[in-house]
Amino acid sequence: MTEFLQQLINGLAFGSILALIALGYTMVYGILRFINFAHGDVFMIGAFAGYYLTPRVAAFLPAPSIWSGIVVMAGSMVICAALGILIERFAYRPLRRSSKLAVLITSIGISLFLEYGGQFVFGAAPRPFPALIPNYQIPKLGGLSVTSDQVIVLAVTLVLLAILRFIVLKTKIGMAMRALAFNPEGAALMGVNTNVIISFTFGLGSALAAAAGILFALLYPAVDPLMGIMPGLKAFCAAVLGGIGNLPGAALGGLIIGTVETFVAAYISSTYRNAIAFAVLIVILLIKPSGLLGKKDVEKV
Amino acid sequence: MRVKQLSLSAIERAGDSPKTTLLAALVLCFLISLLEQHNQSYWLYVSYDIGVNIILAVSLNLINGYTGQFSLGHAGFMGIGAYTAAVITNQFSNLHPVLNVGVFILALIAGGLLAALAGLIVGIPTLRLRGDYLAILTLGFGEIICVVLQNMDAVGGARGYAVYHNWTNIFWAFGTGAVAIYIIVALVHSTFGRGFIAVQDDEIAAAAVGINPVKYKVTAFVIGAFFAGIAGGLYAHSKGYLTPDGFGYMKSVEIVVMVILGGMGNTPGVVLAAILLTLLSEGLRSLQDIEHIPGISTEFPLSWISGIRMVIYSLLLVVLMLTRPKGLFSMKK
Repeated sequence: MTEFLQQLINGLAFGSILALIALGYTMVYGILRFINFAHGDVFMIGAFAGYYLTPRVAAFLPAPSIWSGIVVMAGSMVICAALGILIERFAYRPLRRSSKLAVLITSIGISLFLEYGGQFVFGAAPRPFPALIPNYQIPKLGGLSVTSDQVIVLAVTLVLLAILRFIVLKTKIGMAMRALAFNPEGAALMGVNTNVIISFTFGLGSALAAAAGILFALLYPAVDPLMGIMPGLKAFCAAVLGGIGNLPGAALGGLIIGTVETFVAAYISSTYRNAIAFAVLIVILLIKPSGLLGKKDVEKV
Repeated sequence: MRVKQLSLSAIERAGDSPKTTLLAALVLCFLISLLEQHNQSYWLYVSYDIGVNIILAVSLNLINGYTGQFSLGHAGFMGIGAYTAAVITNQFSNLHPVLNVGVFILALIAGGLLAALAGLIVGIPTLRLRGDYLAILTLGFGEIICVVLQNMDAVGGARGYAVYHNWTNIFWAFGTGAVAIYIIVALVHSTFGRGFIAVQDDEIAAAAVGINPVKYKVTAFVIGAFFAGIAGGLYAHSKGYLTPDGFGYMKSVEIVVMVILGGMGNTPGVVLAAILLTLLSEGLRSLQDIEHIPGISTEFPLSWISGIRMVIYSLLLVVLMLTRPKGLFSMKK
């Protein structure tokens, strides 16, 4: 039982990181209907931004401390939001009227560019991520080993999800995002500035990916330019699993995939762990093709 | 649709009788392969890659281009074919030298058939899924094939698997390529094959006039996977060493890029794109060997070029997509 709870905590911590990345995939899909393959690499850039910001922040704030952690995370989120907006502006916007496939291949190109550009600039070898926030072993609760990093990951994810929910449901810009996802032409006719909202969506999604990058580096303290590929693909599976375009679905999908993967790695075989996300996805899609919370679209003639 | 008819008629014009063209191509490949030396040069290996990539791109074009499905797991089928063929030739090559050609052909076909079986398994979910859902599902299958190969100790697992025979030559690489092009173009051209294009154009309308979209989608997956498996077998016998990582997401993306840059459902374009992209990737690799550019100070460090090869490749990809979103060779409608 203790072992089970232990793995559940590990799985939820990993799953909440996937959930944060999956939200970016699903928001972009909801508005532009294409898979942004570069999103996993924005996550990588977020982790690298943290790697370079930490020593600079340590120059004027006591580090490792909660405050330096917050400043680094905020800085990395701003950098990635800007990167996301730039990518959309220069790579995706010119293709707004062409086929979805052209945009998809462009996003694959951007993804390769960030990966190999990253290898060129940062070097291919993994680097140790500096201590950002003091890590404590939380006093044992019935044999459970929980670190403060895991608690921080879960808490930060919950806070970010709450902020995202507030933005999407309670603010004017969130209302515009929902309108655009529902009917792009209709929203534009009602005076929604489509380009601004799309840029905002990319910025928001990329900021969440940056936060996920920092949290990932807290749990697994090493950064390398290809670190975004696998979490990106798994998060994408999570978004499809929950029903792509659906925000609660993406969060749910991330938690499910993170937890199942951790359990399989712990109880069955750790060498198969990278196949689990895809296996879960295939099973769910065979049972419910539109994802867990997705709406079934009826194709009109 | 109009573009596609144009491109099909371009193939028809290439030879009044496609069968004669195919035969001529096979004889030509055979003659060239006689000239081939076995102290093989680097560019000869590149030409094998070109042949393998042509088969991969043309077979993916049947699934992605003509039938309008979106598969991101083509390298997985290639991997199944590569490993199957390699295991067979490693096991049965000591019978008699005369039998070797037969063993090679059987190994390639066995690899193709096993890959086709995998294609059938992947094709069945297409009954219910479409678009991006199908893309991620095929990507998932491809990754699962990779992980399974990594865990199979009989074929070396993640360490890789040595293939003892370098039997692939110009004849096999390009001859098989010519056969693959011929079969796929003839298939799409046949009365039966018009159904692929109908399914791509409008699935509901196709179903309404009595075409069974499910049958066509599954057929496209099976045939596409069969040729990918054969391409894998050829790849195995030109490289001499297989690792599961070589058949992952990145290789699938490379094949998809060939199809999209060539123009979906435009076979001549796809063949050209396969040749150009292979040459581009290898040409950028050979930049690494340049020690210094004449006229520029020898102190100028050019080692950075090796790091920038894939950066240039990815930038070119983005620029090409931005400037020619319908493929390199698309004609105006």
